[in-house]
Amino acid sequence: MQVELRDANIVMKLSRLGSFHQSKLSFLRSFLKEFKNWQYKRDLFELDELGHGVAVYSFNKNKRVYSLICFANQLDESERSDRVIATKWDAAFTLHDGVPTKKDIERLKMEVPKQEVGRLSYKELTLSRANKSLRVFNHVVESLSEGNQPDINLLSKVGYLYRTTAVYGSGKFGLADRFRIKNRKEIYGPFRLEMMLVYLVRQFTFDQVNHVAKKKNPKKAVKLNDEICKNLGIGNSTGLGMAPFIVNHPTLLHNWINARETVLKKIREIKIIENKDSKLFKSCLKKSIKNIKSWNTDSEYQKKKISSLLKDLNNFINFLETDFNFTQDFAFNEIYLWLEQNTGEECTEYVVSMMMEPYDNIVSPLINKMSSEEEKYFNIPTDRTVIELKKILKNKYLQILEIDFSKKENNKNFWFISKNKEEPRLANRFEENGSELEQPLAIARDIKKLYERLCTSKDNLSIGQFLANNSNLRHVVRRAFIIEKFPYSEIQDNTIGQSIVPIDMLRLKLSFFGALKFDPRSDKWLRICMFQGAPLPKQLNNFDDYWVYN
Amino acid sequence: MKSLSEIETVSKRASKAAGFSWGVAEEVGKNVRLLEMFGLPGIKNLNNFFKSKKNFFFENLIFINKDNKKDNTQFCPIITGTSFLDQIRDIEKFGEVNFKKIGYPLLFLPFVSRASEVIGKRLFLKLDKKEFLLNFNNNIYSNFFKNDIVELAENVSIKFIDNSDLFSNTEWQELYKLSENTFVEESDSLKRSGAGAGLTDND
Repeated sequence: MQVELRDANIVMKLSRLGSFHQSKLSFLRSFLKEFKNWQYKRDLFELDELGHGVAVYSFNKNKRVYSLICFANQLDESERSDRVIATKWDAAFTLHDGVPTKKDIERLKMEVPKQEVGRLSYKELTLSRANKSLRVFNHVVESLSEGNQPDINLLSKVGYLYRTTAVYGSGKFGLADRFRIKNRKEIYGPFRLEMMLVYLVRQFTFDQVNHVAKKKNPKKAVKLNDEICKNLGIGNSTGLGMAPFIVNHPTLLHNWINARETVLKKIREIKIIENKDSKLFKSCLKKSIKNIKSWNTDSEYQKKKISSLLKDLNNFINFLETDFNFTQDFAFNEIYLWLEQNTGEECTEYVVSMMMEPYDNIVSPLINKMSSEEEKYFNIPTDRTVIELKKILKNKYLQILEIDFSKKENNKNFWFISKNKEEPRLANRFEENGSELEQPLAIARDIKKLYERLCTSKDNLSIGQFLANNSNLRHVVRRAFIIEKFPYSEIQDNTIGQSIVPIDMLRLKLSFFGALKFDPRSDKWLRICMFQGAPLPKQLNNFDDYWVYN
Repeated sequence: MKSLSEIETVSKRASKAAGFSWGVAEEVGKNVRLLEMFGLPGIKNLNNFFKSKKNFFFENLIFINKDNKKDNTQFCPIITGTSFLDQIRDIEKFGEVNFKKIGYPLLFLPFVSRASEVIGKRLFLKLDKKEFLLNFNNNIYSNFFKNDIVELAENVSIKFIDNSDLFSNTEWQELYKLSENTFVEESDSLKRSGAGAGLTDND
């Protein structure tokens, strides 16, 4: 039986993309698998009694070394902020390519804590900063210094000791351009080095908390239990900065979604499901309920989503146990069709992620195809004709072309770059100034404009000739020819409409990162947790691939 | 040192701020990245061009002919370049294209380099005495390596170089003969057992 890939007009709706969950394809999981045979080392740890100072951690294999350099600083309570407008943090980090010299560390000591206003070099790969969850960090220090392990209930509510507020890579602030390192096999999957940074930062937070506790009470202090460490991740506060990324990297977006859709298609095409595979699927599914039940948020929007997810999942598990026969042909296809009929998007996508768990053989080959050589598709094929372009638009943007942008609610917002922090923002064009400086992120509106202009042009006109008089539409002409080849390259929704929920765009990206416990703090930013439950670096060479559900 | 990613982003945004559409600004971002990667002064020339553009009129050349000239006016390197790239398949038929006066011509160069990749032919670009052989957008061979601002090229010509060998048949044969020394002479038994041996495939 052949199953079609799901229609981009369904998959690429924001509500669907905003219902995606971590999976075997997620970058943090594929990072751990890739680096499991690398040698981990703590190379330097020079912190004072308050935990301030420098530390270096590394991964190395076959002469290749990646080193995380950590700078932990004194920060006044009043200066601690997760917002991107902050200028100081509890700790700042950079991932250095190779072994840093003393001179490198001295140079980076001056620059890394400054973050966006510092300058890095081509020898640095990623940059980040993080703030303590003060309540949790202090509680852990107090407990350990008294010889006790901390209160697990408090820890599980928060899930981390530190949260990062940005992780930068790919040439930002002087960091190495991707072209310098893109041929390294170990980083073929996207965001590998960002994942490495966050993972090593997690270890730093454990070492720091142990160190401070020990200094506080050298005789009595104990170390944080490994099992407790494992159940702590790294938090992350994420704002709108991530949203334009998925619009600005269409072929990359396609490759992520296409990998996911291809895995789903191949699983639905399996005729006979082996007993061990159905067992593993059910086991992961049941265990994962624990993650949903411990998913804390104050957001009413998310609470609703979680409760409907739980309700749907319980129905689904009930269906699996009472009405479903895994020995029937194409059982996963039957499951998928049942989900589409009986559950919401959140649950369907959750189970889709879960279906991947038994199928390493299907998932693994696709992981290396999730990067993109975007330059290859930049040139516009100007020898094509108006009629061809019109056909692409009609095929690929069908629902977009039905939107009436003369209605205020469909044209309400505009995306801009804030002058203060050079970060993307969204604002109401009828209430705020600056819409004349709108970023080219209103793709749906501009595609509609393009279509209307094409309809008044001669069909046999070449695109080169068309562009000569329609330069203002050039950016969407380029996109239309990209979507022709890459159907999942475009969000099939209006990103400037009244009803847009920007955090759906963030959730899409974060689900591919492998984040858990999305906690929206408004419709424009959210907190997440990464690597919670993941093996510690010293356990990497022998770990359970299904750690997410343990 | 600025990364190429920063160079591209800032060039793109500056081009939009200087009055170009987002689509054209994207082209400029890519182009300045290319120039800097090839070791040519992209940022320097773009910055100066935008400063000059405030007080000086540059003609937008929308349709490219074999000979392109507008009395006493300089062509805008960005719009001329965009038109050149967009119309390259038609322009190719001319065999050679000439322009009188292109302002800041180094900004025009990457469009020509990219056009070379699009049509799969080397292009020979002359900006007055400065010569550039553009090899499929993979590299540039030139007699110009100065980190200078070039404000104007009075005479610009582009020749389309037909794809042909750069060596004689004798040179090829001599080298081929040498390469044969890596081959193994087949014995009769090897011939009998080799791929396809013993079967007839003319069904």
